[in-house]
Amino acid sequence: MTAPAVPAAVPRLARPSARGRGDRLGNLVEVWFRAHSALVYVFLYAPIVVVVLFAFNNTQGVATRWEGLSLRWFEIALHDPVVLKSLTNSFIIAIPNAILSTIFGTMAALALQRVGKRVRLAFDGLTYMSVIVPEIVIALSTLVLFATSFDLVESITGERPKFGYTTIIAAHVLFNTSLVLLLVRARLTGMDRTLVEASADLFATPWRTFRQITFPQLLPAIVAGFLLSFTFSFDDYVITTFVSGPGSSTLPLFIFGQVKRGVTPETNAVATMILGITLLTLIIGQILLTWQSRRAGQKKGGIAAVVIER
Amino acid sequence: MASIAPGAPRTGPVNNRLRSNLLTTVLLLPAAIWYAVLLVLPLLIVVIFSFGTRAKNGGYTPGFVLDNYARALSKPEPFIDSLWMSAAGTIGCLLVGLPIAYFIATRAGRRKSLLILLLVVPFWTSFLIRTYAWILILGPGVGLGTFLSSLVGGGRVDLLGTPFAVLVGLVYGYLPLMLFPLYVTLERMDRTLLEASKDLGAGRWATFRQVTLPVALPGLVTGSILVFIPMMGEYVIPQLLGLGRTYLMGNALVTDFLDARNWPNGSARAVFLIVIMLVTITFYLWFVNRGRRTREVSVL
Repeated sequence: MTAPAVPAAVPRLARPSARGRGDRLGNLVEVWFRAHSALVYVFLYAPIVVVVLFAFNNTQGVATRWEGLSLRWFEIALHDPVVLKSLTNSFIIAIPNAILSTIFGTMAALALQRVGKRVRLAFDGLTYMSVIVPEIVIALSTLVLFATSFDLVESITGERPKFGYTTIIAAHVLFNTSLVLLLVRARLTGMDRTLVEASADLFATPWRTFRQITFPQLLPAIVAGFLLSFTFSFDDYVITTFVSGPGSSTLPLFIFGQVKRGVTPETNAVATMILGITLLTLIIGQILLTWQSRRAGQKKGGIAAVVIER
Repeated sequence: MASIAPGAPRTGPVNNRLRSNLLTTVLLLPAAIWYAVLLVLPLLIVVIFSFGTRAKNGGYTPGFVLDNYARALSKPEPFIDSLWMSAAGTIGCLLVGLPIAYFIATRAGRRKSLLILLLVVPFWTSFLIRTYAWILILGPGVGLGTFLSSLVGGGRVDLLGTPFAVLVGLVYGYLPLMLFPLYVTLERMDRTLLEASKDLGAGRWATFRQVTLPVALPGLVTGSILVFIPMMGEYVIPQLLGLGRTYLMGNALVTDFLDARNWPNGSARAVFLIVIMLVTITFYLWFVNRGRRTREVSVL
């Protein structure tokens, strides 16, 4: 044991200081990595924590002066007819939107496997466009489209259609269909084709192959797509505000209006409830997907896996 | 099933193909209708309107003039401010995002999925709430405001309404979109490259510059585009955190369309945004294809 130590000591003697400095620098970099990452998590969560904390503030009115814990602002919010109306509206819009987007997006993803290259490229181009065109451009141009076509309808039938649930849902479905389409397509591309071929070899009908092989494999992406569509619609402000009409205001619109007039503890209470609903959706999705992937014997599961592993 | 039946051996395949085409069309139809009516048509209308003139009571009268573009170009401030802000926001996202993406991809070990999930959660929650939360933090009265005012000797520090507040909001709001593609490319990185670089005597900086950065480049470009384009059209953040004082493209668009009810003017401005977007995406496609070509060459 002592014999090899002698030659090993030679390089150490040759450049002792350089090595020591290198290691110290290395350690410093490692420490910096950890500190930076920890700070990013603080950065990401601090605002959310602040909102939730101030929702429990036992204050008379000034949102940011801490006066102890209390649930009073939740009580006030839950007895506020405007809040309740907005909450109902948010659900009335988000649920049909999520159902339609999931069906349309999944159907289109399946169809795109069966079409020629040109149709697929054109469709992909539009999908990416709907995701990447700034939301405000989509919102305003959709508003102009609705307003112009409503003028047209009025000049023909004499009755003017109104902005409301329908216009909001129609606008939300565009964006969310692309979202579901992207998620399901990613899953389709990564899918094991041999099972589908084996099923066909065993004389299963295409419908049966779809039901027993393809659909179960696609399910995580479909569930993730549904939940994402729901939360994106539930949380959307920009598109909703421009295509909404009287009486169809949603919770984000309510919050924006309040914030413009100055944040109150009630704003924070409503925001906390929205965060709660969104998080609950996320948790349900996570449980469903983990359960599904475990049953299917896959290693990775959960929303993060579906959303990130494109 | 009918095609296998001995009664109809000839018409079977033709029938099948017809049925298959019909099925494809039916599957594609709803999404296609939505894309046509609520994406292509509105954007087309905007392009057409951008050459028209304003009607007396607001709205649009058909025509073919270039005045709207001339007007948009004569007052380019919102556009230029948006460009600067988005560039700064993209760089901010990179500076904040690259180290943590690298850390999670290479150092996190078994906690990787948990750390990723923790990055996804804020992205999943309401953008509006996460944005207005910064009013509480940056405004006077709470935490940071009080802390800063004690640093400068008790004066009121109100960061709200400054470009800095808008920048913080942009980086905060879009960071996850930068993180995901960065993380995916870094996670797929061949770790032996790093060891090889080290064995060949490269220092940390040289390894980062010559190995990690080129490997991360596709994710870096994707992430930058994913944050840059929506930042160009951001409306909520300058409105809430800039208090309307930082007047960006999104705000100018809303003023044109709703307050001034000058649709042709707003449309011309919107076309500028769409052009920027198309240029960026063309660059991206060029970049992706360039990468593919060089990879093919290197394989040969």
